[in-house]
Amino acid sequence: MLNIALPKGRLGEKVYAMFAGAGFECPALLENSRKLIFDNEEAGVRYFWVKPSDVAIYVERGAADIGVAGKDILLEYRPDVYELLDLNVGKCRMAVAAPEGFKDNQDRTLRVATKFSRIARDYYTSLGRDIDIIHLNGSIEIAPILGLSDVIVDIVETGTTLRENHLEVIETIVPISARLIANKAGFKFKTEPIERLVNELRKEVSQE
Amino acid sequence: MMIEDQVMDAQERIGFRLRGLYNGYGYSRYRMGKFEEYDLYSRNKDFLFSDSVITFTDTNGRLMALKPDVTLSIVKNGRDNPGQIRKVYYHENVYRVTSAEDGFREQTQVGVECMGDVDGACVAEVLKLAAESLKLCADEFVLEVSHLDILSSFVDGIAPDAATREAILHCAGEKNLHGIRRICRENGIAEGAEEPLIQLLSLYGAPKAVMPKIRALADENGVGEAAAELGRAVAGFAGTPMENKIRVDFSATGDTKYYNGIAFKGFISGVPGSVLSGGQYDHLMRRMGRRDKAVGFAVFLNMLERLNEEAGTNA
Repeated sequence: MLNIALPKGRLGEKVYAMFAGAGFECPALLENSRKLIFDNEEAGVRYFWVKPSDVAIYVERGAADIGVAGKDILLEYRPDVYELLDLNVGKCRMAVAAPEGFKDNQDRTLRVATKFSRIARDYYTSLGRDIDIIHLNGSIEIAPILGLSDVIVDIVETGTTLRENHLEVIETIVPISARLIANKAGFKFKTEPIERLVNELRKEVSQE
Repeated sequence: MMIEDQVMDAQERIGFRLRGLYNGYGYSRYRMGKFEEYDLYSRNKDFLFSDSVITFTDTNGRLMALKPDVTLSIVKNGRDNPGQIRKVYYHENVYRVTSAEDGFREQTQVGVECMGDVDGACVAEVLKLAAESLKLCADEFVLEVSHLDILSSFVDGIAPDAATREAILHCAGEKNLHGIRRICRENGIAEGAEEPLIQLLSLYGAPKAVMPKIRALADENGVGEAAAELGRAVAGFAGTPMENKIRVDFSATGDTKYYNGIAFKGFISGVPGSVLSGGQYDHLMRRMGRRDKAVGFAVFLNMLERLNEEAGTNA
């Protein structure tokens, strides 16, 4: 039996549709119930919904053999897992955004508000730019408006929230999408079913 | 006086059994203190699991550290012995940060180091000891073996600079083939140039099944001798009960500033990460002014804490 951690929410439902299309369906998963774990013994899978940012923890710690996590989470927390497939869904980008017309003053330390401290630090280190990280847990866009930060580093999907708050993307750091990850030890002992699932899922991945 | 098994926890039981195993193979116990001069670690930070080390100033003003690693101390305190081989094992606590959330933790390691005129036979013996160590922990285990010179050669053949090389090697360790393709495109590497590397990383499994293909691929890419070395290292398992526990897998990587040649990692069913890690580290020896060759491994006993709760284990 393969234990599979899926991210709760719209992305998880989209990803489950891919798993189902690949022959690993479990209809009870979409029923409105309080159940947390869903088995399909025939297909050899057991699914559970978890908070998107926790998927990598479940997989790294072996509670799940495989899971689906955003590349943003993998870059930020660097779990020791295999990254087997880019599912090409949940596509967005990690970007630097600033108030419209922003000009970076290189004489000063750049104040960066973000949920993704490690990604922001790695990016600015690669540029040799001195920064002051302001770690926030949500509503990042408000930080430069209130003068808390000069720029933000955050996920941008359509850019609507940024535009409505008179912010604009000034740099893309990395493209983001959902990735199929596997526990390293689990992969050793369940190689065949995991490979079979990966091969079937690969057929479901859109190349757009 | 015999100490009964039930008064020991899984870590202690396995630790003592491993010591018995290494003793039986002619390895002698290497004892060391808990402290080492910090300078040793500041010069070899990349070799450590993390940059963080617990330091304190000794009464004579020297900056000391609680040991985050054992191998560096054994290399530092040893001397070259041309034409000879020194075999030691240790059973020590180390102090390291395993994750930012956990902070510093005390961890117990048992390991072996074989230094001197190390040849293929020594490497094969250490590999056999690694497999037997895993067998002592659990019936269901996997020892994955790779050859860093083969992997390095395939990566060096396409990476235009050190940063790209590191990024590709990182992806190799994650079996992240799409990531390798993306890095290649972003760095202007010709389309298709990465295919031999992708093929190499896709060839994992039992030696009998994959070694012929690896040999052919390595021959085509000028590293046939390294593939032959890998073949000899795993040949000793052929026809033994351990044969189906061995996997050749090039995602078992290591920092090539320190490691070279054969690298391996051990996994046991029910434990989420690798419980054993090792390989040849001639490059570390050179960095520390030693001419000897070396190979060794460590078993991370803390990973085995809950092992006796799992069915079918030998703990």
